[in-house]
Amino acid sequence: MDADDLTKPAPDPEGTTRRGFYVGAIYAIGACITAALGAPAAAYLLLGPKARKDEEWIDFGDVAKLPAGQPIEMVGRRNRTDGWKVVSEKVTAWVVKSPDGGVVAFGPRCTHLGCAHHWDDSKSKFVCPCHNSLFSVNGAVLAGPAPRALDRYAVKIEGNKLLLGGLRREPEHSA
Amino acid sequence: MNRHWQSVTGWLEHRTGLATAIRRFLYEEIPASSGWRQVFGSVAVFLFLVQAFTGILLAFNYAPTPGDAYNSMRYILTEVTGGRLMRGLHHWGASMIIVVVVLHMIQVFLYGAYKKPREATWIAGVALLLLTLAYGLTGYLLPWDNRAYWGTVVTTQIAAQAPVVGPYLTRLLGGGGAVGVVTFARFFGLHVLLLPPATILLVVLHIYLVRKHGVAPIPGDELLPKKKFYPEQVFKDTVAIFIAFAVLFILAVVARVPLEKLADPSDTSYIPRPEWYFLFLFQTLKLFSGPLEVIGAVVLPGMAVLTLVMVPFIDRSRLVKITRRTAAFAFVFLAAVAWTGLTAVAVASTPREDTAKIDYSGPTDWLQLSPEEMTGVAYFRQERCATCHATGDGASKAGPDLTQISAHKDAGWMIEHFRHPDAMRPGSSMPPTQLNDDQLNSLAAFLLKLNPKNGSALQNAPDFAAAGALVYETHRCSECHSVNGVGEDVGPALNGLSTRRSRSWVVHHFADPNKLSPGTRMKPYQFSPRDMENLTAYLFSLPEP
Repeated sequence: MDADDLTKPAPDPEGTTRRGFYVGAIYAIGACITAALGAPAAAYLLLGPKARKDEEWIDFGDVAKLPAGQPIEMVGRRNRTDGWKVVSEKVTAWVVKSPDGGVVAFGPRCTHLGCAHHWDDSKSKFVCPCHNSLFSVNGAVLAGPAPRALDRYAVKIEGNKLLLGGLRREPEHSA
Repeated sequence: MNRHWQSVTGWLEHRTGLATAIRRFLYEEIPASSGWRQVFGSVAVFLFLVQAFTGILLAFNYAPTPGDAYNSMRYILTEVTGGRLMRGLHHWGASMIIVVVVLHMIQVFLYGAYKKPREATWIAGVALLLLTLAYGLTGYLLPWDNRAYWGTVVTTQIAAQAPVVGPYLTRLLGGGGAVGVVTFARFFGLHVLLLPPATILLVVLHIYLVRKHGVAPIPGDELLPKKKFYPEQVFKDTVAIFIAFAVLFILAVVARVPLEKLADPSDTSYIPRPEWYFLFLFQTLKLFSGPLEVIGAVVLPGMAVLTLVMVPFIDRSRLVKITRRTAAFAFVFLAAVAWTGLTAVAVASTPREDTAKIDYSGPTDWLQLSPEEMTGVAYFRQERCATCHATGDGASKAGPDLTQISAHKDAGWMIEHFRHPDAMRPGSSMPPTQLNDDQLNSLAAFLLKLNPKNGSALQNAPDFAAAGALVYETHRCSECHSVNGVGEDVGPALNGLSTRRSRSWVVHHFADPNKLSPGTRMKPYQFSPRDMENLTAYLFSLPEP
């Protein structure tokens, strides 16, 4: 609200000019200070913290010891940066070695609502106990409400060492 | 458009009376003599708003428990975009607000603006001054570094000396024997929950009283026509606010506020210092010892506050021209002299710190360098390598980024390249260095340590450490001692020296090792004062193993 509008115009032109200058300066300085505080504040709140080091690879043990075609639940620890803290947290993966030696590591959560699924040996399928979603040994959805295949960890093999990276989201079925 | 706008403002005016309220506020009549001298109150309110604004932003990234507080402060300073600026504004804003509040008070005092009927306005102002100081006191602890911790230890112990209420005050501040988590929680609670609403209430009361009684006139004003507050006085206030803001902003950008080591209650070498505006109190305390200490700690400050509150009742004379207020001038002059004197003595008597100040708000990877690598930093700076080479900061310079070199070049290649740049890299415009073999080895050792992740961190190494390491290497200290695991173990390892010895002990030990450690195989050393300063500062900065 411009309070200036509320007054009667000043009678002499010189007074009007000076008054205009005062009002202009007040608004200009106000805008200047608002910008000088507002821009860094916006950056402070809206830009993320500075780039951290790349995602670390965690050692998940010896590939040679894995049975082929048989999903194994494996557990490792990962350091995750959470704001000003580094938290060491458990990482669970269902690791499957294919007969050709390739290794796939599935995330432990069902893609439907995040329940923990498990490999059922008798059915030879991943079974989610919550809503009976079924996944094949390749992670593909066989039955149930799961919208997409099981998520996979990035995997790297160095020598015989299995290294796990970040969890990647599988694309959703279009149908 | 204009018609719509008018209907909106008209509706608002009819329902709230906002426009009338604003108009009344802005078009208040003020004495003809009003002008630049009355700007300080507005500047103080503005600075308070800046403190509130930056304080809220800091709180968004701050964990108010010891330990986490420190880590989150480091996070704000090193990771959050604009975090250093916000902390700088808040830190320097605290100092500026005290300066401005005191200037405001001096102006009011000199002009006798506290006289009847404005006694309550004055008393509310004194309360606001005390609140401002309380912010300074409680906020000082919140970064939870050594400076914060030890400064607060002294404060709580002063409070403990108050007659009768001392023990209760200690318990109230949570200092049941030591400054810890409880004190921290209380200080944080005071700083962000209790003081701000108290300040807002008092500021509102203060401004209400100023409006109720009107801006204090000076003799002669009654003969002149009154002025309006807006726009002339508002303009003057705004210009003053702008100047204050510009100073604050420049300070926040230019003057880096360090973060010291994490608070260490077992540190025996730390010399606590209060913030500059409390130094005079700190010095007053030293004038009294033993049973008289309570006088300096509680009685004198208490009497000073009481005197301030009583000013309008002590001086009940008629309002006179400022030129005739010699007693007031004399009083302000004496107070200023006493304050300056006490502060100056306190600053001058600050003993040199045993441990060199390291800014932990920046990367501290350099603390892990071996003395030889640290010497390389010294040559790196001496040879001005950074003029033509970037070190992982992405700067575009004539030579290649040195943090990319260590991955595919070895020391032999580097040393040859330093000697004959053109031979190793045809067409190189780099001038050959004039360093000897040992010096080239150190430089190569340092460059091999550089990688894209630590480049800027290693550049953060303070000059005293590079210079100290140079002295260390020149005198071949590593033939008997080790630093960061590099060197021999004939003599003791030097990491954590600051926790075992005082700096003067080390200085005397260099002069005559046998006197302080009988039977030692170390020979005496004579260093120039500058070398001694750098070497001991370097050794005392070494982290504990």
